[in-house]
Amino acid sequence: MIEQLPVLVIVIPLMAAPLFVLIGNRKLVLLLTQLVCWTVFGITVSLLSRMQYGPISYELGGWPSPYGIVYNVDYLSAFVMLFVSGLGAIVITYAPKSIDKEVHHSKHTLFYASYLLCMTGLLGMCITGDLFNVFVFLEISSLSSYALISLGKTRRAPLAALHYLIIGTVGATFFLIGIGLLYQMTGTLNMADIASRLQAVESSRTMLVAFAFMTVGLFIKMAVFPLHTWLPNAYTYAPSVVTCFIAATATKVSVYAFIRLIYVIFTPQFAFERLPLDSALMAFSLVGIFVASAAAIYQTNIKRLLAYSSVAQIGYMLLGISMSNVGGLTAGITHMFNHALIKGGLFMVVGCFALRIGSLKLEDLRGAGKTMPLTSFAWVVGGLGLIGVPMTAGFVSKWLLLTSALSLELWPVAVLMLLSSLLAVVYIWRVVEILYFSPASHLAKTAKEAPMAMLIPTYIVIGSTIVFGCWTVYSAGIAHAAAESLLGITQMGGVQ
Amino acid sequence: MNSFPIIRVITKLLIPYILLFGLYVQFHGDFGPGGGFQAGVIFAAALILYGLVYGLPAVHKVAPPKVIEKLTALGLLVYAGTGLACMLLGGNFLDYDVLNHGILTENHFLPEGQHLGIFLVELGVGITVTAVMTMIFYAFAGRERVTS
Repeated sequence: MIEQLPVLVIVIPLMAAPLFVLIGNRKLVLLLTQLVCWTVFGITVSLLSRMQYGPISYELGGWPSPYGIVYNVDYLSAFVMLFVSGLGAIVITYAPKSIDKEVHHSKHTLFYASYLLCMTGLLGMCITGDLFNVFVFLEISSLSSYALISLGKTRRAPLAALHYLIIGTVGATFFLIGIGLLYQMTGTLNMADIASRLQAVESSRTMLVAFAFMTVGLFIKMAVFPLHTWLPNAYTYAPSVVTCFIAATATKVSVYAFIRLIYVIFTPQFAFERLPLDSALMAFSLVGIFVASAAAIYQTNIKRLLAYSSVAQIGYMLLGISMSNVGGLTAGITHMFNHALIKGGLFMVVGCFALRIGSLKLEDLRGAGKTMPLTSFAWVVGGLGLIGVPMTAGFVSKWLLLTSALSLELWPVAVLMLLSSLLAVVYIWRVVEILYFSPASHLAKTAKEAPMAMLIPTYIVIGSTIVFGCWTVYSAGIAHAAAESLLGITQMGGVQ
Repeated sequence: MNSFPIIRVITKLLIPYILLFGLYVQFHGDFGPGGGFQAGVIFAAALILYGLVYGLPAVHKVAPPKVIEKLTALGLLVYAGTGLACMLLGGNFLDYDVLNHGILTENHFLPEGQHLGIFLVELGVGITVTAVMTMIFYAFAGRERVTS
């Protein structure tokens, strides 16, 4: 069965979802969902541990490579799958109490089925080596996340989901148009095969159009600054658990697809030298970081505050990618991982507040530091990570990004990056001040500490941001190996 | 539409042929144009026509919403289950070649591997598409919760 592992990552959650709809028993389905998520996490761990023997490829239906669909596992895809499935598992372990409060009971089995489908889609986008398959998995994950978001308690949730659906569909359609044009020019959908045939047609206008469509499509899905408008509402009105999972994973997987697009299918020479995408990316990221961070400062809802912060953080990842050297790419990939942990953890904290206080307005959270000390402390630790204080995961990725910017002598970028961290200090501190140093609101006064079943998973995620801030062998180390193999420096570089 | 006898009679006449044509497209999909998706839509069209003419309660009796919801899941399971069966028989996921089975194939009880695989997979697609199309119709026509 060992050689079947790459496909089992997809097949297990994919088959579990319809099975759960057939079972229909709320409690049983919850247990099975947790079991499935942890199993998938176990498989991704074992896939990543096999990477030292070289990349794995798996032919679906036994059809050989350029004709059939291939699943490829290399350092990058295994790494992204690892944290997607890991956070998926820990969030669903944290979930039951929160879902019980925020989602109507009759919808629970469908909720868990959609959750698994969303995870299937995200994992599938990472593992597949076929471009059309990427689109299919993108749609699986998007459609299920629209459904998940619309399950929010307020009546604004379906509206936010519809807004996301319309914009998200435009993004997916753009991506599909790009794929269509690429297929027209190369006659193949296999990523490696497209890459090898592109040289001949690289200078044609069709290629430029295809590349533009795919880039803009993925920008929408990533919520890059001017195309981010769907994100704040979707994150704010979705059930807490959904926000935890989607905020931690969905945009990162789109960033992953973007990395594949630039570094595997089109070459960095095409994207960054023939086209000025690197300076465009840098400009979008820096403007995005400042505008979104500034917007975060003025929010009155804690979830919306974090949502704007997510838009800003995508900027750091793209900044790293735009540098197109090992250092920058390592920083970008490391930040995908670190930010998934930090933002996942912070949204889990918010979920605890939502459960006990019932409101996420900052004015209602006043003084919650006294009645919910453990939850509030988790916010402080996670917030430090988001700012990038030394000894936290956020520091590692920002340090890598800074050194890489300095080595390329991009002084303005380095200075702006440091300044932008100060904005993060402001919005994190604003919440800390409200939690600890304000007179308690009547909602916070009567609140109880969050249940252990939610606090323990929250602290595992928040604690891991400290662990990966001090010990980077398995975060920056693997990201480094992934970056090297993307840039073709070593095909089989081991973890340093 | 209860007061239009012509429509009611014509509908009654048409529905068996629509269903039959759906089955034809489903099972002939291996040899000619067609397949699970198209067949599913045609099959659902028969149900929807019945619903339009005879009303929602009547079509709910033929295809209860609960059953339709389960069928959506069942079709996907048939598809993925075929793939899983291939894996259990020692091939890759959806590698239909391993579905070959000496005696039954020789005596033409069952088609050979690739053929059988496609047949099962398309059956799964057909079931799911029929169910999803019907469910969409229920959701719009009923304007109330289909599940619950």
